[in-house]
Amino acid sequence: MTADGRRAVPEEDVVDARGKRCPLPVIDLARFVAAHPSAARVLVLATDPAAAHDIPAWCRMRGHRFVEARPSEDHTTYVVDIDVDGQAVRQGSGPEGR
Amino acid sequence: MLLAEPYRHAPRCVRQGPDNVWGVANASRTGPTPPDPGSPVDPSRAPRPRRLLDAASGPLHPVARQTLVAALDAGWADPARLHAEGRRAGALLAQAREVVAAGLGVRPAEVSFLPSGPTALARAVDGVLYAAERRGARTVASAVEHSAILVPGRARAMRSDDPERFAEVPVTRTGSVDLGAWAEEVAVPGTVAAVLQDANGEVGTRQPLAAARALTRPSGIPLVVDATASLGRDEVPTEWDVLVGDARSWGGPPLGILVVREGTRWGWPEARADVEGGRTDVAPWVPLALAAAEAWQQTAVARDADSREARELVDQVRAVAATVPDTEVVGDAVDRLPHVVTFSSLYVDGEALVGAFDRQGISVASGSACTSSTLEPSHVLAAMGTLTHGNVRITLPLGAVSHGRADDVDALCRSLPGTIEAVRGELGAAGL
Repeated sequence: MTADGRRAVPEEDVVDARGKRCPLPVIDLARFVAAHPSAARVLVLATDPAAAHDIPAWCRMRGHRFVEARPSEDHTTYVVDIDVDGQAVRQGSGPEGR
Repeated sequence: MLLAEPYRHAPRCVRQGPDNVWGVANASRTGPTPPDPGSPVDPSRAPRPRRLLDAASGPLHPVARQTLVAALDAGWADPARLHAEGRRAGALLAQAREVVAAGLGVRPAEVSFLPSGPTALARAVDGVLYAAERRGARTVASAVEHSAILVPGRARAMRSDDPERFAEVPVTRTGSVDLGAWAEEVAVPGTVAAVLQDANGEVGTRQPLAAARALTRPSGIPLVVDATASLGRDEVPTEWDVLVGDARSWGGPPLGILVVREGTRWGWPEARADVEGGRTDVAPWVPLALAAAEAWQQTAVARDADSREARELVDQVRAVAATVPDTEVVGDAVDRLPHVVTFSSLYVDGEALVGAFDRQGISVASGSACTSSTLEPSHVLAAMGTLTHGNVRITLPLGAVSHGRADDVDALCRSLPGTIEAVRGELGAAGL
């Protein structure tokens, strides 16, 4: 929701998953991206410790870019850049295949 | 068999046959499980047998169980006592030690029995650090080591106000230690101990012990190898200076095994010389040691065939799991323990998944955060960068413990795709 007006910075949307436990923060993120195909950068606010591992893993499986985790006092903000082409990445299997 | 006839009783409580021992015992304890209405497994076969696919801490090998029961009569005494009962217990303890030593290819004096595998792991490192006190205090370990290594290591670093005292070496996506980073860490001055698993008990990946030891050996840094997940299931490792095992991995009771190779600098300040070579202050209970040795003998004889079959069963699970949408099979596909397999499914609640399999009579484990008391996911999955939610971990029991394991794996494979989709659907996440 916050765009700071400068073109160089992608528009940021916020998904607030604070207080939710795994796998809900990742589901909230995926649901938001599915509903907002033009989203460029999503900030996920989460308190669940598993999000630190699962949001980067989701980005890898879906072809998005995990930018960083910004810890703050009572939650962490995970920054994800959405790659529109990445929407095509659907099926994940192990790194060594089957 | 380790005990002669006078002490060996009829194994009334041991049932062998098409049902696995654990399934029979558990069904009688909990009663028949009602069929899960949403289950893809045929619900008409009631009462359903329990299917044990989480044998990280499995039932005793049936022969070890007989030996344990017999040893309650023959080996209850304190082996340090001089009377006949004590001498008999002492002789049995020596016999147990000889069996384990021969199995590991070491001398009996190098083998100590400790109360548990994790205790032995922590003691292994303590002993290396104590003996090296004048040269340094730094430990290097992979990021996927057992918590009994990582937690005390981090605590030592915290207490010393020097976070560098405990270095955790990253692993690849498949869980293998990054040898380049390992080389850099063990070369840091003041490093006196290195710890690496033979193979990881959660994801199965084997570690390159020979290459890792080639980097510690020239500097005289003892390599502690954690074989608590692999002994009895895989080749006995040879590239180590201190070796740790747990009799549970080969069908024995919980019992720590600590082996300090002759010539390795190792010491423990609280040692009482008469107990287990000065490596513990708790004398082992002889029946446990004897049951562990019995289980080793039984498992070692069957190991090649057993691990070959387990490897094929795990391959089946890996193949089926890989067909499930958004499911990652975790760990090395080939260079791995024969009996362990782990996978993670996107948008799936691990706790709900364990529950859904349990209602079908299938016991599996999970490394997901919601299944742990701390709400922290498995540090192994986290270190590998794999999805931590929706995780299922399977540890096959020994064939001798669970005669129906091939059938159980078959049941799991039939149920797996439908169960994952059903649990994913519960969260409304299908198709995301």
